[in-house]
Formats: sequence, structure tokens, C-alpha cells
Amino acid sequence: MTTVLESLNQALHGAMGADESVYLLGEDMLDPYGGAFKVSKGLSTAYPERVLTTPVSEAGMVGIAGGMALRGLRPVVEIMFGDFTTLIADQLINSISKFRWMYNDQVTVPLVVRTPMGGRRGYGPTHSQTMEKYFLGAPGLKVVAPCALGNPGELLKQVILEENDPVLFVENKLLYLQKVMDEAALAEFESTEYLVPGEYPSYELTVRGAPPPVITIAAYGYMAELAREAAQQLAFEHEIFVQILIPTQLSFEDNLFIEEILLPNLERSQRLLTVEEGTLSMGWGAEVITRASHALGPKLQKVGRVAAAEIPIPASVPMERAMLPQVEDIVAAARSMV
Amino acid sequence: MPDNQALYEELYRIRRFEETVLERFSSGVFYGTTHTYIGQEANAVGVLAHLNEDDIVFSNHRCHGHFLAYGGDMRGLFAELMGKPTGIVGGRGGSQHIHWKDFYSNGILGSTVPAATGMALGEKLKGTDAIAIVFMSDGTLGEGVVYESLNMASLWNAPILYVVENNEIAQTTPIELGVAGSIAGRFEAFDIPSKELDTSDVVEILPVAGGLIEEMRQQSQPRALILDTCRFGPHSKGDDTRDEALVAQMRAERDPLNIHAPRLSAEERQSVESEIDSAVDRAFETALADPEAEATLP
Ligand SMILES: Cc1ncc(C[n+]2csc(CCOP(=O)(O)OP(=O)(O)O)c2C)c(N)n1
Ligand SMILES: [Mg+2]
Repeated sequence: MTTVLESLNQALHGAMGADESVYLLGEDMLDPYGGAFKVSKGLSTAYPERVLTTPVSEAGMVGIAGGMALRGLRPVVEIMFGDFTTLIADQLINSISKFRWMYNDQVTVPLVVRTPMGGRRGYGPTHSQTMEKYFLGAPGLKVVAPCALGNPGELLKQVILEENDPVLFVENKLLYLQKVMDEAALAEFESTEYLVPGEYPSYELTVRGAPPPVITIAAYGYMAELAREAAQQLAFEHEIFVQILIPTQLSFEDNLFIEEILLPNLERSQRLLTVEEGTLSMGWGAEVITRASHALGPKLQKVGRVAAAEIPIPASVPMERAMLPQVEDIVAAARSMV
Repeated sequence: MPDNQALYEELYRIRRFEETVLERFSSGVFYGTTHTYIGQEANAVGVLAHLNEDDIVFSNHRCHGHFLAYGGDMRGLFAELMGKPTGIVGGRGGSQHIHWKDFYSNGILGSTVPAATGMALGEKLKGTDAIAIVFMSDGTLGEGVVYESLNMASLWNAPILYVVENNEIAQTTPIELGVAGSIAGRFEAFDIPSKELDTSDVVEILPVAGGLIEEMRQQSQPRALILDTCRFGPHSKGDDTRDEALVAQMRAERDPLNIHAPRLSAEERQSVESEIDSAVDRAFETALADPEAEATLP
């Protein structure tokens, strides 16, 4: 079986093989190291002229990649830790994501910034954060996050080769060593893939053979894994049956995940619980719930959010564990909703 | 000024502390990761010997050596790496985010340079005599905010010493792939006087650092010190992609401990080493016995 990391690495090889306009930029990219998390391993050997190992210059490399993209190349930038996306925020938000609209749709900027996010490894306050919420809501910037379902590598490849707008591609660190879930691995779960034209895929998980769900859990990335464990406990220990809806596209350009996938399911369950690893306030979950509530009014009976406590992430693992969302937090939140 | 024996004690304490961190990491007592200072000890010891009471030190991810040379407590740092409440920042910061007295460090490369410059300027505006010293290495010269800081430090005469510990590598990226042009030229462009030394001898670093710091105290202006140095260990743990022979040669030729040790008699050296060996062990064991952090919000 393939891990998410292997799948992403294969996708980078595939994308560079398929299209000569694909370039990689990032820190410590050269083999044998192949990037801090090894997602870029082997690429500098296979395509030495198209892998640019950079100085420690996040803002510069993203700005430069944006310029390359404006002139027809398809650069992919690796930011070593997602925490460092604050250093590239200005390039992404004030320039790169605006170019297309500001120049009256006469240009495209096919730039992908991929980066590992998330905690649970004791890396402390500056190497553990979940930063994507700060980028959600920047017009013109798509935010995409693979999960262990479907084909994470294929998703990355599609983003690199077919997307014409800038994309922040968020890879949770704990997903890297996770196996990509096939039918056998899903065992007790049934999964459905939703493919709505114009948006990256979403997935649904339910416990096999369970009665109709009474709660819809919306979660993405590694949080979908925690939600899956919680769903099992809820079903077998508490007889609460839930469905998990997992988008890979977090930004809401066309609202398709909400309209085509979430709302029809909520009509039935009438309860919505969101789960994210970032801090609670102003998060992805708040936006999802607001949109669902607007559309459904009183038909949406109960809502809940599970997210990180609003403090920086401590290095000490017991304290980190206490402030990040855990399976038991999801179980407790779901139980309080029925 | 510290005598030869005191200098050796400082160098040896850092070395033993860092070796202990690396030796014990695999046993799972520490959280996260670590970046050891092995090979660079003479820099911290030679520069920080000149600190006055309220002077400020801002360090980076590779901060253990700076912290110990500043006078930091080994048990507090071990406990911090173990994520314990007795750690110097209560387990919140871990290896690279620490603070004690006028010592600070942070893990975002480059971010420390404006912060330290602001501290130096702040002290000046408050009318104190404190100066600030910020440590960075070659890789950090990639960050644009470094140059914004140099410009403002020069314009506003911030009393700050920029120390570049040039170990010619950033994680796995050799300096040829990371830094174009000259390092001294970077400071020159902003009219910040600098000195450069290519040595691992604490006795050579000591007076040059002292001279620059003295000038800063007199003139209340920025200065830079470029120290060509060698990182003996991996960047963090087990991630050294360099040629082993090259590292072995560095260790043979540029070891600050071996360079300084002959200035002590064999007996002096032995007694320093055995005393510090047991002090390091004691600090480690004490930290290990300290209570674990509770699984509650800090
Ligand atoms: C803004 C930022 N980018 C990248 C990193 C990851 N990182 C940590 S240390 C390091 C290399 C630093 O090299 P250098 O400045 O030469 O310091 P040295 O490790 O040699 O002491 C990198 C890339 C970081 N901590 N912060
Ligand atoms: Mg360096």
C-alpha cells in the first residue's frame, strides 16, 4: 500500500515528467536530502535543471515563482513548514492572487505552493501550526488539502498540471505516513466520492450498515482521520451514527461543496459538527456553519465546532495534546448534540 | 576577562551538554527536535564573555550554546527539552524558543534580527547603557528582513552587534548555493563596520569581539562580527548529508576544545572535565526526575 507521502512524491515525479514547464523551488531540495519531509525526494536527480534549491528566502522564492507563472511556467514551491507561510502571505495575497483579476483576466498564474501543516510532533510554537485559515478568503487564491482518501497524489498532479490560479496546497504532517485508504483499509466504512464539476473532490464516510446519520461531521485533511475514529466510537459505544463529509477544496470560490454536498446531507441529519486543527475563532468551521445556517434556517437544529484552543502550540507534548483537537473531543461534541 | 581554565570550562560545558542531548535523544526523553552547537562553542564563549549585566542576547534555533555561555542553567534547559514545567519557559518553547533574564531565542529564521535591533534601539531610547547581540548564521542571510534591519540600525544608530556564525551550511544547503557575494560587503553597504575571523580559537575571538563591543559602548552604533566556523554535528539529528571525511577533517583541525586544551595542564584539564561531566549528568538526572507536564492547557 502507498503512503500519502509516497503518493505525493510520485505525483511530483509524474507532473515533472508530463510537462516541461513544471519547476520545483524550495529549501534543501537536493538529493539525497530531497526536502525536509522527503516529499521532493529523487526529483533533483531526475530533473536537475528544473529543481531549484533556494536560499532561506520564502517571500523571495514565492514572488519569483509567481513571476515565472505569469510568464507561462508551472512552478511548484515547497515551503518547509506551513508556519512559514506568513512570510509569503504578502506575495500571495497582495500580488499573486490578484494578478489575474487586476489585469482584467488577461493573465493566468498557475503557481502551486505546497507545505506541511499541523502539530502533534512536539515541534513547538513556530513549527506546528495550522495556518490555512489565514489564507481562506483571499480572493483569487485556492486552498486545497488532500486527505488519506481517494488519491492525494492525483489531486496534487491535477493542481499542478491543470489549475490556472494560484493554489496553497496544505499537507498535514501526520498524513504523510498514513496509508492511502483503499476499500480494504476502509473495512468498516463505506466511502463515496463526490465529483462536482468546477471543484476538487469531496468524500463521504459512514460506518458500513449503519442507520441514517443524525450528525454530519465536516472535516478535512488529518482531521478526517480523527473523525473516522470518533465515528467508530460513536457508533459502537454510543449508538450515535454520523456521516463525515471531507472536502479537499477549502476555499469557497463557487460554494459548491456547501451547495451540492453539504446542504443535501444536512437536510437529512439536521446537525452539523465541524472539525479543524487550527484555532477556533474565525475558522473554516465558522464559515461552513454560517453558510449552512443561512441556507437551512431553523432546519439546521444543532451546530458544533471542534478546533484548537486559542493559544500558541506548546512544545511540551502533554500540553500540546491538551490544546489540539483529539478524537475524544469529537466524540464529546457529537454526544452533546443529540 | 576569564582565564584559560574558565574558558575551557565554558567550552567543555557546552560540548558535554550538547553531546548528552544527542546521546539521549533516541531514548525518547526529549520532545521535538534539537540543533546542537558542537564545533561552534568558541563563538558563544568568546563573544558573550564581554556582556554587562543588562545586555541583551537574541539567539536562533541553535541556541543551547549561546544560552549556556550567557550563564543559563543546564537543568532548566534539559527540563525545557523534556517539556517539563521546570523548564526555563515551562515547557512551552522547547529547544528553540527560550527566554531567561535578557536572553531570548526564536525559531523563525531572520525574525530575530529586527526584534534584537528593536531591543537595542529601545534601550537606547530609554537611556540605558545596554547593548544587544544577535546571533545568526549564513543561511539566515537569505531573509529580506535582515537587510531592512541593518538599514534601520545604521540610520538610527542602534547599539547592536550582528554576529554571523558562518559555518558555510544551512541545514543541507552549502553556502555556494545559498549566499551570493560577500558577507562583509552586506554590512559595508549599510555603513556598519565589521570584523571577520576565520578561527575556532576562543583566545583569538575574545579580544576581537571585545574590541567591537567596546566601540559600540563608546559610540552607541551597530557593529558586525563574522566568525567563520564549523558545525561538527548534523543540522538537527541524523540529517547530515555532508561527506564524512570532510566532517572528520573539520573535527581534526577546527575543534575549539582541542585548540584550547593545551593551555591547561593535564591535571587541570582532567579536573575540569570530570567536574563538568558530573555536573551535566546531575543536571540531566535532576531534570529527568522533575514532574511531567500536566495534560492541561498551559
Ligand atoms: C523562516 C524560516 N525558514 C526556514 C526555517 C527552517 N530552518 C531551520 S534552521 C535552517 C537552516 C539555517 O541555516 P543557518 O542560518 O546557516 O543556521 P545554522 O543552522 O547553520 O546554524 C532552516 C532552513 C526556519 N526555521 N525559519
Ligand atoms: Mg549556517
